[in-house]
Amino acid sequence: MNLTQKEYLALYRQMLVIRRTEEQLAKAHQAGLIPGACHTYIGQEAIATGVCANLTAQDAVFSTHRGHGHALAKGVPPREVMAELFGRVTGCSRGRGGSMHLFAPEVGMMGTSGIVGPCILQATGAGYSSRLLNNGTVGVAFFGDGASNNGAFHEGLNLAAIWDLPVIFVFENNMYATEVPFSYATRNTDMAERARTYGMNGVSVDGNDVLAVYEAAAAGVRRARAGEGPTLLDCKTYRTRAHSEGMPSLGSYRTQEEVDAWKSRDPIMTYRARLLHEGIASESDCEAIDMEVQALIDESFEFAKNSPYPNPATVAEHIFSS
Amino acid sequence: MRELTFTAAAREALAEEMARDPSIFVVGEGVGARGGNFNTTTGLYELYGPMRLRDTPIVERGFIGMCTGAAMTGTRPVVDFMFVDFILDAMGELINQVAKIQYMSSGRLKMPLVLRGSIGISGASATHHSGSYFPMFVNIPGFRVVVPTNAYDAKGLFKTALRGDDPVIFLEHKALLNAKAQVPEEEYFIPFGQAAIVREGTQATAVAVGSMVRRTLEACEALAGEGISIEVIDPRTLAPLDIATILQSVHKTGRLLIVDETFAPCGIGAEIAAQVAAHGFDDLDAPIQRLNGVYTPTPYSPPLEAAVVPNTTQIVQAIRDLLAE
Repeated sequence: MNLTQKEYLALYRQMLVIRRTEEQLAKAHQAGLIPGACHTYIGQEAIATGVCANLTAQDAVFSTHRGHGHALAKGVPPREVMAELFGRVTGCSRGRGGSMHLFAPEVGMMGTSGIVGPCILQATGAGYSSRLLNNGTVGVAFFGDGASNNGAFHEGLNLAAIWDLPVIFVFENNMYATEVPFSYATRNTDMAERARTYGMNGVSVDGNDVLAVYEAAAAGVRRARAGEGPTLLDCKTYRTRAHSEGMPSLGSYRTQEEVDAWKSRDPIMTYRARLLHEGIASESDCEAIDMEVQALIDESFEFAKNSPYPNPATVAEHIFSS
Repeated sequence: MRELTFTAAAREALAEEMARDPSIFVVGEGVGARGGNFNTTTGLYELYGPMRLRDTPIVERGFIGMCTGAAMTGTRPVVDFMFVDFILDAMGELINQVAKIQYMSSGRLKMPLVLRGSIGISGASATHHSGSYFPMFVNIPGFRVVVPTNAYDAKGLFKTALRGDDPVIFLEHKALLNAKAQVPEEEYFIPFGQAAIVREGTQATAVAVGSMVRRTLEACEALAGEGISIEVIDPRTLAPLDIATILQSVHKTGRLLIVDETFAPCGIGAEIAAQVAAHGFDDLDAPIQRLNGVYTPTPYSPPLEAAVVPNTTQIVQAIRDLLAE
């Protein structure tokens, strides 16, 4: 790894922004500020952070129902994510979307989706645009283990492979599709191998290690920009909160021991320890970031909470381009 | 003036727009060197190569989803789906993604995606190659739904589709593809939401859709011999629907028949009838009538196939019945 201290700390800060935003959202959901669904990304922050650190605002990200982390890592301000979940006009989708429909094309966040699978195809299309316009951008799809058995996975990977499209498929294996174990839903769980059967580059990586994700994504993005085709990143991780806020954390599908074991491998805590251990940053460097992020989250929450709702008279605007 | 077939006129529109705008590309099965199953892209592959005339595997959901992402990132895809029946595999992509993305992004993303291909009952195509399904698309906010019925309209409407930023479902009835009409050399556009009065008359209004326009004109020609005067309207686009032109006609004639090959329940005729009943009730001298194809999957055997589509005799009778009310 050849990062500056500033870059190392930026990864730490980005993960922390996601974590603190999600914690604030979880609290807000309990307080009744979020009228709809809220799927948190807590435990998976290293993946969005490590991948998006390799992208520019022109690169197009397509995401899932668990997409707050992707939006934040791609550059959507926390205040706009919070305001969107609160249904406010200052939200990134102007209150039309909520948790599962976060759009901010100005930073290349081309949408999260309430439907599992389409992001894989749309990222492939962004890769097609890149090739046709010859602009060097990449398309990126974030999706979970649940999407990997969907037809969109097969069709999208095949199209990207046969046309050597600049696409990064980020497979986030958090082990459960809602509450269905990946090991139950799939016979071959080696996703890097599955990628290779499509004739594409497939790489397995520890999804809780932000540097490992960063490095693997960097190699994939480099290949894509060089015209060497798509890559699938197989990232093993874990969501430590419930599938959706308000649902039981354990349910009938996992044990407290399993959750605790993964919490002990928390991507932010372990990364911070590593920065300190390897002398990359000091305790006070990290604390300064902790405080700055907390202030940002507090300010974002106040902003979102105090933002107005959209005007009902605008409800039928933007169905068409004009 | 020169005459072109429907297919040649639409192809000319595509060729002109591809020459003008390098971000337009076409995907579909056989659209490359083969030139399209219906000759929709003949000669274009030689000009523009595989990036812009992209042969695909048989993955309708896959390439429609891919084109959705492409349309969001600066290019203008044209999906040449061959038969509309084939894109039923992509209804999730179409309804949940294509139709909604402009709205969900509060207008910050555009969706310049044109989906074009054949519809309709013709030539013993049987039930997986005979669908039309346009009422389903009309029901969803976010689609422009275009059903041209002659070469002139096909070119002008396709040009408008290719210039716009909205998703367009461009539906070409198989029975009309080889029909010729006068098409000027000069460039022209036909705006969406502008019906054509294809025959003027005074005693009743017949709104006909797709291949029913020609049959309805034949029926009216036959009735003209008896001094019966019928106005025939071709909506040309079903979304947006030019209800104003229909209302004006009903204001004049007092009677309305809607002729449509597709199914009656929740169909375009039901929509037109409801709108005319709501806004033109005082103009009506008789109940609004519909003549639709039989509510059944499309059979193969020619006598069965012919039995599901309204024919000229039935249209004549429907008009007589309407006038007798």
